[in-house]
Amino acid sequence: MGDPGLFGYNLRLAARNIRRNPVLSLLMVAAIGIGIGASMSMVTVNYRFQSNPIPAKSDVLHYVRLDSWSPDEPYQGGEAPPPQLTYLDASALMRANAAYRQAMMSRARLALEPPDRDLRPYFVQARATTAGFFAMFDVPFRYGGGWSAETDDAAEQVVVLKAATNDRVFGGENSVGRQLTLSGRNYRVVGVLDDWEPPLRFYDAGVGGGPGSPIEDVFIPWRLIVANELQRQGNTNCWKPLEGEGLQAFLNSECVWIQFWAELRNADEHRAFVDFLDAYAMQQKELGRFERPLDNRATPLMDWIDEIGGVPNEAVVLLGLSVLFLVVCLINTIGLLLAKFLGKASEIGIRRALGASRRTLMEQYLLEAGVIGIAGGLLGIVLTWAGLKGINAQFDDDMSAFLSIDWKMALAAVGLAIVASLVTSIYPTWRACNVQPAAHLSAN
Amino acid sequence: MLSMSDITKTYRAELVETHALRSFSLEVDEGDFVAVTGPSGSGKTTFLNIAGLLESFDSGSYALDGASVEGLGDRDLSRLRNEKIGFIFQSFNLIPDLNVFDNVDVPLRYRGFGAAERRERIEEALARVGLAGRPKHLPSQLSGGQQQRVGIARALAGRPRFLLADEPTGNLDSEMAEGVLELLEEINAAGTTIVMVTHDPELAARARREVHLKDGLIQNGAAA
Repeated sequence: MGDPGLFGYNLRLAARNIRRNPVLSLLMVAAIGIGIGASMSMVTVNYRFQSNPIPAKSDVLHYVRLDSWSPDEPYQGGEAPPPQLTYLDASALMRANAAYRQAMMSRARLALEPPDRDLRPYFVQARATTAGFFAMFDVPFRYGGGWSAETDDAAEQVVVLKAATNDRVFGGENSVGRQLTLSGRNYRVVGVLDDWEPPLRFYDAGVGGGPGSPIEDVFIPWRLIVANELQRQGNTNCWKPLEGEGLQAFLNSECVWIQFWAELRNADEHRAFVDFLDAYAMQQKELGRFERPLDNRATPLMDWIDEIGGVPNEAVVLLGLSVLFLVVCLINTIGLLLAKFLGKASEIGIRRALGASRRTLMEQYLLEAGVIGIAGGLLGIVLTWAGLKGINAQFDDDMSAFLSIDWKMALAAVGLAIVASLVTSIYPTWRACNVQPAAHLSAN
Repeated sequence: MLSMSDITKTYRAELVETHALRSFSLEVDEGDFVAVTGPSGSGKTTFLNIAGLLESFDSGSYALDGASVEGLGDRDLSRLRNEKIGFIFQSFNLIPDLNVFDNVDVPLRYRGFGAAERRERIEEALARVGLAGRPKHLPSQLSGGQQQRVGIARALAGRPRFLLADEPTGNLDSEMAEGVLELLEEINAAGTTIVMVTHDPELAARARREVHLKDGLIQNGAAA
């Protein structure tokens, strides 16, 4: 826009024209808003699936895998080693303590009996892990903290509660030091998490914590899985039958069921850690294990999320369809704008005769389209929010934290609406501003 | 003020060519009041559109206020229209949903004047046409004569040196037409050059000079 005074004038004219044709204007705002709402809902879903759950540390967090699989056939076609470790290997890596920080983990299902006898017991999801987990994943605490490596070694009965669990069981009070019964055993509360809802349970991604999965209700030392023979949850894959029966046979087996994360702060640490993994695998080969070629990995978090297929195919297809829908909405908007602007041919002729250049009038009508675009964008934000609510309702788990529209997406919605409305208005505006003024002046 | 020499303009349809102006030459001096007359289809409107820089011509030359308009782009032509030419139309051509003040304001907006200068010019122009008390009226609330006065005020507000009037009294009854004509005479007497297209001989007689067109050719009075 050239002259700022003329910009203000054109803005006033835009507002006047929109008010003068409320139905037509509303139709255009609705067409743009619905198109934007549909497409931005799916863009948000795709964006969320690809978003970095822990930007400050994603470069240093590495998912650890060892190829302990069958010598006869590779794990799932051989593209990658199995996604989890055996108990033998995870325990060995923990003992070696070769990374700056490290944590092994599994999921369990426990029955929680609140100390308040008026509250009924209920089942909770538990993450059994090691002390390094909380510092490694920057887990925020409202009260207390995590536990120590010594607590891990002693398999002490301690628990960290998610904020919602603490709210439910202890009414949100500082419950550090209080006792809690989990699956028949007493646990001492050592910490309560602050509000922590990462967009996906990324530390469990690819194994059980896909997008939208909420974090577990309680966190307990990993060793309690073995010591208390807790009911495990999550995938277990075995390539070899167990030699014997019972827990010990399972622990000694080649079944993979434990996730392992390492914090490696730079390339040197990463190289040294992978060398350590390979050395460990070579050592195991001497013991008759790890009969496959060396393929041990410490994969950075975002590469790991990419590798496990961050964005489901359905989301990509729906994104494509929603963009097509937006195009249809915009084509309708072109028709509406064409009708509106060509209806202005007489006024355009008058303004041309009185000294408005084509460019000035183009600016005026593009500004009007831009105002409609902004209104459409704002409607689009509301419809995106509603669309995400609708998508959320399709899932059993509450994914509202995952499927939420943030300010970046809101800005993108308005920006897309403005760009879309400007693009769609180019042809109608060009047509309208190229009418022969003389014809309309005398025809009047 | 206005100098046209050997202007030709031909409209081409698929099979038909219409010669609207043929070797049309006209000189209009500063302060002149010229009536261009002729029957329908004689080329009056084409002349008016070319003179008003609303249409191009095929050949010939046209100088406005001493400067050739040939080769000028849309932006320069628009600026010339805005600064040098005031239009008065038979059907007034007011913007229906703008009030009197805002209608007169339109050319001044494109001129880039500040608010104070625009207000002063609008009030002066409305006072000059006798509509000082009606700035908030919509065109539909005015009589035909009053609407034409608003049109004249709009043309005058930019203080152009040249007024182009297209059948300015064509849609008015005789009493209102007389009022508008007197106003045009007064404007001309104050120094503004006027070229008026009309097919009304009585109206033409009020001009200082009459140019009669037939089949795109001038029959008389081309030279000043």
